[in-house]
Amino acid sequence: MLNAEHTQGAHVGAPRSRVDGRLKVTGAARYAAEFPADSLLHGVIVSSAVTRGKIKRIHTGDAKAQPGVVEVFTHENRPSTAWFDYKYRDETAPPGSPFRPLYDDEIQFSGQAIALVVAETFEAARAAAMLVRVEYTPADHATNLDLQLDEAYVPPKKRNGIKPPPKPRGDAEAAFAAAPVKLQNEYRVAIEHHNPMEPHATTVVWKGGGKLTIHDKTQGSQNSQSYVTNVFGLSADDVEVISPFVGGAFGSGLRPQHQLFLAVMAALQLERSVRVELTRDQTFTLGYRPCTIQQVSLAANRDGKLQSVMHNATAGTSRFEDYQEVVVNWSGLLYDSPNASFDYRLAKLDTYTPSDMRAPGATLGVFALEAAMDELSCELGMDPIELRLRNYADRDENDDKAFTSKELRACYRQGAERFGWSRRSSKPRSMREGRELIGMGMASGVWEAMMQKTAARATLTADGKLEIACATADIGTGTYTILAQIAADALGLPLERVSVKLGDSSLPKSPVEGGSWTAASAGSAVQAACDSVKQALLTAARGLEGSPLANVDLDRIVLRDGRAEVAAHSSAGLAIEDIMRGAGKQKLEAEESAAPSKTAMLTHVGYTHSAVFAEVRVDEELGVVRVTRIVNAVAAGKIINPKTARSQILGGVVMGIGMALEEETLVDHHLGRFMNHNLAEYHVPVNADIHDIDVLFVEEHDEMVSPIGVKGLGEIGIVGTAAAIANAIHHATGKRMRDLPITIDKIIGA
Amino acid sequence: MNRFSYVRAASAAEAVRELADPAARIIAGGTNLLDLMKYAVEKPTRLVDITHLPLATIEDAPGGGVRIGALVTNAALAYDDRIARDYPLLSSALLAGASPQLRNAATTGGNLLQRTRCYYFYDPATPCNKREPGSGCSAIGGLNRIHAILGASENCIATHPSDMCVALAALEAVIHVEGPDGARAIPMADFHRLPGDSPEIDTTLRQGELITSVELPPPAFGQNHTYLKLRDRLSYAFALVSVAVGLNIEGGTIKKARMALGGVAHKPWRKPEAEQALEGQAPTLENFGRAAELLLQGARGHGHNDFKIELARRAIGRALSQAAEARPQSQTDKRIR
Repeated sequence: MLNAEHTQGAHVGAPRSRVDGRLKVTGAARYAAEFPADSLLHGVIVSSAVTRGKIKRIHTGDAKAQPGVVEVFTHENRPSTAWFDYKYRDETAPPGSPFRPLYDDEIQFSGQAIALVVAETFEAARAAAMLVRVEYTPADHATNLDLQLDEAYVPPKKRNGIKPPPKPRGDAEAAFAAAPVKLQNEYRVAIEHHNPMEPHATTVVWKGGGKLTIHDKTQGSQNSQSYVTNVFGLSADDVEVISPFVGGAFGSGLRPQHQLFLAVMAALQLERSVRVELTRDQTFTLGYRPCTIQQVSLAANRDGKLQSVMHNATAGTSRFEDYQEVVVNWSGLLYDSPNASFDYRLAKLDTYTPSDMRAPGATLGVFALEAAMDELSCELGMDPIELRLRNYADRDENDDKAFTSKELRACYRQGAERFGWSRRSSKPRSMREGRELIGMGMASGVWEAMMQKTAARATLTADGKLEIACATADIGTGTYTILAQIAADALGLPLERVSVKLGDSSLPKSPVEGGSWTAASAGSAVQAACDSVKQALLTAARGLEGSPLANVDLDRIVLRDGRAEVAAHSSAGLAIEDIMRGAGKQKLEAEESAAPSKTAMLTHVGYTHSAVFAEVRVDEELGVVRVTRIVNAVAAGKIINPKTARSQILGGVVMGIGMALEEETLVDHHLGRFMNHNLAEYHVPVNADIHDIDVLFVEEHDEMVSPIGVKGLGEIGIVGTAAAIANAIHHATGKRMRDLPITIDKIIGA
Repeated sequence: MNRFSYVRAASAAEAVRELADPAARIIAGGTNLLDLMKYAVEKPTRLVDITHLPLATIEDAPGGGVRIGALVTNAALAYDDRIARDYPLLSSALLAGASPQLRNAATTGGNLLQRTRCYYFYDPATPCNKREPGSGCSAIGGLNRIHAILGASENCIATHPSDMCVALAALEAVIHVEGPDGARAIPMADFHRLPGDSPEIDTTLRQGELITSVELPPPAFGQNHTYLKLRDRLSYAFALVSVAVGLNIEGGTIKKARMALGGVAHKPWRKPEAEQALEGQAPTLENFGRAAELLLQGARGHGHNDFKIELARRAIGRALSQAAEARPQSQTDKRIR
């Protein structure tokens, strides 16, 4: 139930600092590898040196003989685990056979975990791990997507939760042939790895009697819990997964990763507590944004009206799973074209399975589409914003549904004004200052505003304090803070009287944290639970002997400053503590869940939109690009906390700058191996690369997309950023860069 | 990480004695050696800690130069008043390198001995002649965007990653070492070597020799200098190409010119002919271009790094312009000038 108090409360909509900020900066917030345990063992993973083949022999004798070494696990001595693939398939798994660590002698990708050395100290384990000698029988491998394009296929089984490409509309080929203005280009984006600050780690605390408390780096404590219970045949009562803090994940914490499997396996077998932490290099053996090659064809009338949109993409996946993401659909969604066709294919590579990485699919597809739209605007001699407005989609033609809300026009308008778009000359290479060419570019951004069924519990105690609990994770996005704000406003409490517990599998049920759905989903659940507590509290207040609220209608009672008061007379009321004492309640507790409205979703779809504006300065002679200004205008429904919301967009934009100019996992196709597997050689932006970033939130009211009117912000900041930068580089230099990242060598074209 | 023993040397002589064991390594800042040990690239059996030796001072050298102790940290050196005033090129190059945290720990001697950042050298699962002589060079025909265009061999196309060393080359520093046969001085130009048939050997240091100091000749370039570093991001990245330039210009004529390139070879790359071609000439773009051609003579790409030849040519021109205009590249501005 949405009412005036919620939308105009003291906290929701106000820029609050993170409630967990102090814990983080003082080091009091514990991450997965930081939880202590008595007589903890340390596991170090040995990774495969070859890409494909078999382990002929694995010599563990020298390692086992090292002082302090307890066990060396390999495929030869691993304990048995579940037989069927489905037991290994987690909440977010794509179709296929999930990777099983130490399963057999088969090597499926370079860096595959092939042994776990467990010792009394980390140092002993690491030293012994270097003594494990492996003889391989190598086999031929394929890691180069370009050479596998002939083998590309339409994935026969769809990935759960991922919309397949839309059905074609009209006759895109014929319309393309007939149109007066057209273009067809290929766009490429390199493999990227998530590289969160915190490497993946698991600490399994052996509680005796087969009970485990697991501290895992994960975006879903319950997802990790059910993976562990399924794979190892344990009861949910015996396995608790606790991960209150996550040092960034960007999607890499969605799937249970192999260090979780290995740490649990060792703990169960050795009946000891075990920690396994990946090195930075080993995090490059986890999922990644897949290398994707796209062709976009656009055709329009001379007035700019699109006649044909064709968007084809081929992405790499592993041999054993068909990872899928939404790449091409955006081209049927953002603009209105009577003729459109889409194709999305996969090609098998000898790598680990790709995985969701911030705005999976959209970063890729929208880059290609928005770069192509910029090219079309040049062909037409039309302002890029004008071209987008002429083709503005008022309806989702893919699903034939209405939008719950769409303030993208306002994003264009307000973003352009803030950016100073009118100062842009239309001709490329026409703006210069000193040695630098100046370019201005823009792009649209879009992401689906999803909501997932989520439960939350609210507990009001006799001292007037409120505790919120939900199993979802805060991966650094500010979830603790916004849930506290929602709860504080719901019960009229100061923020410091609200505490929030997250990231624990024993808490009310939540899906993985991801897809930008957490604010809308967990936020709506918290709202519902607090509304129930409020109802109980007010009922109790009216029932007290001599209550000043006795004959007051519920909707005339407000909760503010820790008191229940008659809306019009703040003197007539009761403190929450007094109500609780008077009613003899130690606590009032409610657990509620929230889910998307099934009826609304029959006719409507929710999307978040943005308009990204970029100014670049290019030293063309030396190939150096500076992104001197970004304005990102975002329409994302209600903004609960402008401060943490802005941080989400800033982070997305910085990652978008990385995607545009720096990030690339380099593959040696001869070896079949990622080679720049560290933070010195895998480049993400540093402070020196980042200049002004201006975020503005366009007002957007949407009571349909989620009960609290929220759409979510984790993804939208990155979508469109790379295209805006590439378009700005074209405006500056006249050169089209269709292959990301745009590095010095590409700019100087030598 | 392999097992190793550790000893703290009480004197340079003791350190030299310890170095008689070829599997011993000197440790000071440890910013490169510890990484390499964790990767099992370096496997010393003994670490000789020299951090307690009295080698952390910057002193007058006879003849008007300066002598920099091997243990002076990169940060202390870069921010030393005298260095910043008299040898701003060196300060600038130091500040272009690594990160503040690393510069606080890394030492002058260690910086001279830092090893290549070739991807394959760091990954023991791959062939690399520098790490494992005879195993082959994966970068030739592999990923070689960051590799050498000058002075490479069919055995190794790695580059030397230091920024400091590029400035020291242009400044014509001299490296002082102590060894089993006593002390000697090695000109910077002779200190690092080309890979040839033995890429596993980076320098001309002999078995058992310890770097004790680096001597700079008297200051010669005033404000006509620059350190221009081009890389994939503006900080915390190794050079694709860097240029150190010092010019002495009098009455519109270049009296003395020194230039060194980083990121292009197994050592800081200098060519006296290129410098001589500038001397006695006016600081014009045309002359700069000729100097660049001479400095890059024989440059050869390996595929991904072909662009470096053109990039280096342009960077040399830009750096010479910056130096001639006495507008050295700032290492704190968020831009290339």
